[in-house]
Amino acid sequence: MTHTPHRLEVENASIGYGEKIIMRDLSFQVPHGARVAVVGPNGAGKSTLFKALVGILPLKSGQIIIHGESLGTHKDCVAYVPQREDVDWRFPVTVSDVVMMGRFGQMGWWSQPSKTDKQIVRKSIEQMGITDLADLSIGQLSGGQQQRAFLARALAQEPHILLMDEPFTGVDATTQEVTFGLLDHLREKMVTAIISTHDLNLAASRFDLVLLINHRLIAYGTPQQVFTRENLASAFGNSLLVMENGMMLVDECCPPEEQFTIND
Amino acid sequence: MNFLLEPLTYQFMQRGLFASVIVGVLCAVMGTYVVLRGMAFLGDAMAHAILPGVAIAYLLQGNLLVGAGVAAVIVALSIGLFSREGVVKEDTAIGILFAAALSLGVALISSMQTYAVDLSHILFGNVLGVNSSDLWMIAILSFMILLTVGLFFKQFLVISFDPVLAATLRLPAELLRNLMLVLLALTVVVSLQTVGVSLAAAMLVTPAATAYLLTRRLLPMMLVSALIGALSSVIGLYLSYYLNIVSGSTIVLTATAFFLFAFLWKRIKSKQ
Repeated sequence: MTHTPHRLEVENASIGYGEKIIMRDLSFQVPHGARVAVVGPNGAGKSTLFKALVGILPLKSGQIIIHGESLGTHKDCVAYVPQREDVDWRFPVTVSDVVMMGRFGQMGWWSQPSKTDKQIVRKSIEQMGITDLADLSIGQLSGGQQQRAFLARALAQEPHILLMDEPFTGVDATTQEVTFGLLDHLREKMVTAIISTHDLNLAASRFDLVLLINHRLIAYGTPQQVFTRENLASAFGNSLLVMENGMMLVDECCPPEEQFTIND
Repeated sequence: MNFLLEPLTYQFMQRGLFASVIVGVLCAVMGTYVVLRGMAFLGDAMAHAILPGVAIAYLLQGNLLVGAGVAAVIVALSIGLFSREGVVKEDTAIGILFAAALSLGVALISSMQTYAVDLSHILFGNVLGVNSSDLWMIAILSFMILLTVGLFFKQFLVISFDPVLAATLRLPAELLRNLMLVLLALTVVVSLQTVGVSLAAAMLVTPAATAYLLTRRLLPMMLVSALIGALSSVIGLYLSYYLNIVSGSTIVLTATAFFLFAFLWKRIKSKQ
């Protein structure tokens, strides 16, 4: 793929399973190279949105346009780092096997990994600081190391758009910093990163843009534009607590009511 | 030495040995996917679901393998159809089809005169009845199935390990899943004659589960599984010859013994 990274446009997208619509009439545009945080309460449709962006969940209406063409025209320009619960950690693959899978899109159906592929895999593993672990089974790694293995895979894919579902939940500080290091590196290459997170502080401090959703678009813009009292109140409802000094707390202690989706 | 060579002086034993080794390897390789993708129930169902096909072929005096093959492919694709879009859960769809096909098969077979003998051959295999055209058919089909697995190794790895990656790589996941089901169905058909429909499921699961305990990458797991499948077939057949027991049972019991050894070894090793 030689064309330059462009942008991602979502136009009036409605997404859902069967009869149920999880996300209604969502529209937003991401300029190339931007780092976007996707924020919203539990069950707001963040994972659903990601599944649509990846192409595993077809849109009910509307469209997703990447580089000016509809989703699926380009092969392999979207990389996805799955939530840890979505991976079978007992599967017999090593770290380098996992990272090599990132090259399959560019390899051609019946060809073996070339020297270049192997080199890219080695470099990606090195960049994530897990060279020592390359020959271990993925099941033997700690949570943070597992995530870094998947980040290395995303890197090996050489994507234009990187999607990450909750990469900061339950990982150690090193992994968090390695992740941001990777994001900085990708920004230089003008790779767009779209990342869902529960951590509103991270969203406010380390992202260019914030997409606040709750089954529909609540607000989209810079963190300052998005994180207003009105917006947060309409996204989080009762779990938002506003203190007298203007400080706001979002309380999401309790497990979400699983009424909308499986797996969301 | 004579102990090993004596059975081979009979031609039916030679053919039986070839057939069981081929089937042992084939089941073991396909079984890797069965174990990793949690399709054990599907494999079992598939094995029983081919019964009506076999029965019809028998009644029409056609080729049993062809009848079984047609039935297996129909069942594999209807499981996909019923469970698509989550209308019915996949294991429910399998359960319904499995029971229906098995009943239909038994109904057809029970109308035959030589009911008991035929049913036991179909259910538990009759490896010594393999004639040379059967052997050719087993060999060619197995070769084709294994070749397909080799060709689609990468793709099958991705759809098994990470369906989301398969989507981002724009792999035709549905097509690949159906292809895998068809390969599984054909595997069951091929194993019909050596271990029978009842025990084919065991040969799909046991060697692969054993290899899973001993290896940590997919290709080694497949190779170890194949080796265990082949060894179980050879040892099982000799046991069958000398102890005068149905070969399907001895083959599966040998594979089970391998599994138990691997399981104990793993337990002892993890305690150290």
